[in-house]
Amino acid sequence: MTTTTPAMPAGAQATTKRSTAAGRVRTRLNSRTATVVSIIVALLWTVPTFGLLVSSFRPEDQIKTTGWWTFFSDPQFTVENYQEVLFGTSSSSGQLASYFINSLAITIPSVLFPLAFASLAAYALAWINFRGRDWMYIAIFALQIVPLQMALVPLLKFFSTGVTLGGVTLMPAWDLVDEQKFAQVWFAHTCFALPFAVFLLHNFISQLPKDLMEAARVDGATHPKIFRTIVLPLITPALAAFGIFQFLWVWNDLLVALIFAGGGNETAPLTVRLAEMAGSRGNEWQRLTAGAFVSMVVPLIVFLSLQRYFVRGLLAGSVKG
Amino acid sequence: MEFDFAEEQPKLLMLMYGLIAFVAVVGGLLLLLDAVPSWFARRREAQLVAASANGAPPIRRPKRGESGFAFFFMLPAVLLLLIGLVFPAIRTTLLSFMDGGSDNWVGLRNYTWMFSEDSIVRVLINTLVWVLLVPLLATTFGLLYAIMVDKARFESVAKSLIFMPMAISFVGAAIIWKFVYAYRGEGQEQIGLLNQIVVSFGGEPKQWLLDSPLNTLLLIVIMVWIQAGFAMVVLSAAIKAIPADIVEAARLDGVTPWQMFWQITMPSIRPALIVVVVTISIATLKVFDIVRTGTNGNYDTSVIANEMYNQSFRYGQNGQGSALAVFLFVLVIPLVIYQIRNLRQQREG
Amino acid sequence: MAVSARPRQALAVAGVLGLALGVAACGTGDDKKSDKAGSAECAGYSAYEGHDGKKVKIYSSIRDIEADRLDQSWKQFEDCTGIDIDHEGSGEFEAQLGVQVDGGNAPDIAFIPQPGLLKRFADSGKLKPAGADTKAMAEQNYSADWLKYSTVNGQFYGAPLGSNVKSFVWYSPKTFKEKGWTVPTTWDELIKLSDQIAASGTKPWCAGIESQDATGWPATDWIEDLMLRTQTPEVYDQWTTHGIPFNDPKVAEALDKAGTILKNEKYVNGGFGGVKSIATTSFQEAGTPITTGKCGLHRQASFYANQWPKGTKVAEDGDVFAFYFPAIDPAKGKPVLGGGEFVAAFADRPEVQAVQTYLASGEYANSRAKIGDWVSANKKLDLANVPNPVDKLSVQILLDQKTVFRFDGSDLMPAAVGAGTFWKGMVDWINGKDTATVLQGIESSWPK
Repeated sequence: MTTTTPAMPAGAQATTKRSTAAGRVRTRLNSRTATVVSIIVALLWTVPTFGLLVSSFRPEDQIKTTGWWTFFSDPQFTVENYQEVLFGTSSSSGQLASYFINSLAITIPSVLFPLAFASLAAYALAWINFRGRDWMYIAIFALQIVPLQMALVPLLKFFSTGVTLGGVTLMPAWDLVDEQKFAQVWFAHTCFALPFAVFLLHNFISQLPKDLMEAARVDGATHPKIFRTIVLPLITPALAAFGIFQFLWVWNDLLVALIFAGGGNETAPLTVRLAEMAGSRGNEWQRLTAGAFVSMVVPLIVFLSLQRYFVRGLLAGSVKG
Repeated sequence: MEFDFAEEQPKLLMLMYGLIAFVAVVGGLLLLLDAVPSWFARRREAQLVAASANGAPPIRRPKRGESGFAFFFMLPAVLLLLIGLVFPAIRTTLLSFMDGGSDNWVGLRNYTWMFSEDSIVRVLINTLVWVLLVPLLATTFGLLYAIMVDKARFESVAKSLIFMPMAISFVGAAIIWKFVYAYRGEGQEQIGLLNQIVVSFGGEPKQWLLDSPLNTLLLIVIMVWIQAGFAMVVLSAAIKAIPADIVEAARLDGVTPWQMFWQITMPSIRPALIVVVVTISIATLKVFDIVRTGTNGNYDTSVIANEMYNQSFRYGQNGQGSALAVFLFVLVIPLVIYQIRNLRQQREG
Repeated sequence: MAVSARPRQALAVAGVLGLALGVAACGTGDDKKSDKAGSAECAGYSAYEGHDGKKVKIYSSIRDIEADRLDQSWKQFEDCTGIDIDHEGSGEFEAQLGVQVDGGNAPDIAFIPQPGLLKRFADSGKLKPAGADTKAMAEQNYSADWLKYSTVNGQFYGAPLGSNVKSFVWYSPKTFKEKGWTVPTTWDELIKLSDQIAASGTKPWCAGIESQDATGWPATDWIEDLMLRTQTPEVYDQWTTHGIPFNDPKVAEALDKAGTILKNEKYVNGGFGGVKSIATTSFQEAGTPITTGKCGLHRQASFYANQWPKGTKVAEDGDVFAFYFPAIDPAKGKPVLGGGEFVAAFADRPEVQAVQTYLASGEYANSRAKIGDWVSANKKLDLANVPNPVDKLSVQILLDQKTVFRFDGSDLMPAAVGAGTFWKGMVDWINGKDTATVLQGIESSWPK
């Protein structure tokens, strides 16, 4: 993609010193109002979440009968919700640590696999000449729309009965038990993540400078070599960016985990446990106030620590030297 | 808390297997790709030698190895997509011509049902409203905020706050917004923020999610709240990528902020803008959890993905659910055409 | 792979592996279950022996504390027979079960609360008919009224497990005593009482039908209860099986009768606002204004006993209690609306059938009842084992000879209606739509 460089009229440099000084003052004023306004907006944006945070420290009957803002006029502080969520004795509220590990075991490979496969595919679609590649790219792009829900049953069948074609077993049933079911979840998440991953990474890879690629080809580098030594280092920020999205999506996913991992503490992730915490009839929803924050901690840490990468990642795609 | 580490051991072992499999598969593939080209290289060398022996000029013939490479580069992704998405999509399309139990062919009955049932037509209209408003609002907000925050101090803190909703699971988001839209009778203490504000200005509390079309707009607010962070982060990165000398030159030239925005910022961030709009549009077409936890599609708020889930999984009407899914495929066609045009321009440029 | 070769990522991977090893090193031994088979307390389980080490997977909608109680209730059975029962509860039960079954990954046993859903799985050949032992046990312990709901085309698919009585009106005995109100035993008395409470300045009824993705169901219970009271049980059966159309005048009559309370601004919605607030009030909190005196009556099932705020005494002389929702014409008997779940099996392995048979037995019913908060129509259930007064009252009503029991109608109908348009129709109805339009809409959605 080309960046339009507006034509600079001649004599642009002829601006007087006086006006720049005035400009500087104006800029400073601008930046002050910008700071104030952007902080106000950010705070407004956070008010709903803040309400949840306050609520999570209020006693159950208070949460259910008064607004969270009454906390400030009549503070009643308790960590009971957190206690119940983290250390509850019922088989369905305790053992959160166990579910934490499940979430990690599900999320890490589910982020790595699509990253690798999508970057390979995106590279091929962008820089290798083969017949029908544009159509293939468009097809993969369009696959983003296939609703996850419609893919659940066929994929589950694929795992539980295998593939037979004309009486020949191409792939036997997986027959996984307990923690082996993680493999199904990884597989499912990888499938569902690919279209968006290919779309996003293709956007970056295809915008890498053409000269760079051509120079490498002239030097006799093969595609695998270019991919490994030139493309991957350049798109690391983009990989980090997609990695964050995929991490957030997998960590917060409920549907895929519910179907492919089941609800037992051998495999179910945090989200499945949280959804159960509301009780059989949903009347214990005050526990979710604390539960939501517990499950938020890891994604927030990931975002904050990778934020730097993330910003650079999306920057790489839109500039062209 | 009883926590037995021994019981966690097999899980971590499994995670390790997963990582080993990852290294083996991806590493193996790259190794293979390194082996194949050296074979091709040798062959080409032989061909070149033969060609020069014949005295023919060494023409730059289309590289044969190319499609071979492409095949291996694409293989894992294509295989997984076929199993995980293409096959299910075809199956869904077939099911949409069958009855609820998927036993008999019924022709177009599910499609005529879709367009003749008032409640379903409503669902289709709602989806259109969503897909027009959400990308527009979320992107506009994200863009304005990105421009504003660009000059501000505490930039990363402000950005983190805007981005935070994306890190919250839908289970959490549902409760967050319950505390905003909740309703209590007049004269009682409100637990919903919005009603509290209305009441403190002397108004009457209102049941926000009950009246159409206001309720759809209020649900859209939730989606914008979540997606704006995405738009803002991406666009902010793009703005920072605009070369400083262009901006400085323009400023020295005395362009107004307005001109600056339309003549410099917008053209520069166009690719990022496209990614944002396309991504949010697709996410919106598939929006499901917000409507389900907000109103469950009652009071005329249902959207396609929600209705599709209900029909297929709760009501046992696979045919009707599938027909709705197929309609979703149709809705993405404008985006696909736009992508094709983009791709063409890119190739030509 | 290049990504993991980047130092940062490699570090992360190494970290995870290190964690794995560290955790492995910290591991402690797994405690084995003690083998009690052969001891005195296992004498009652001899009929189920011979499946040592087998595993049976059960899937249900029962979660949290109630799931713990289930586990506790069959603990002894597991210890004595060596069968390992693996129970999993999910809030997405109805939708998930279909996906699991279609995906070839069905559980061994499911506790299905909707006979309509059970019929769907039976019709498509996914369910296995119950074994002879299970059938004999069920016939011995449950009335034919109950067994017919799990019998499809002459095949019996499983016994009921828990039950509940829905024809209850909750009230506060304390407030009633203070104000001199008396518990009504006829419909006319009920209306008279409502007027009396309304005259005292309190709205007599409170209701709420919001229940997340099941919003509307409490209102369908109202309609079903009034179908049973304005019509005969036979008409009720015709209605649930589409023998009469959904917009039949008889149904409209029941709806309008319910409307005399639910859509009467003078009567509702105590503690919450007007009629429309019923739609957005969650059913869990709908009855709570009774404890604060802002509302007098709340029609809801026996399981509502678990929803009261902590510290509320549920007893005939306590803070809250329930009375039978009176019949309109006592001559027609004592119509009772209720629900329950059925133990249906997707596998017919001997150990699965053994569990099915055990769950239908009187021993199990008593074992579960002792733990508390549970009602069953099992005839072997000893009332002395039911600790909770409301549960006791429910069991009495269920086992009463005069009771004309009917299962929750929306659970009998096809899910597209019973868990779809009927619910949604009720929401619209409360929200102001007229009876005829609502019934017409539901009728047109009945699967052909």
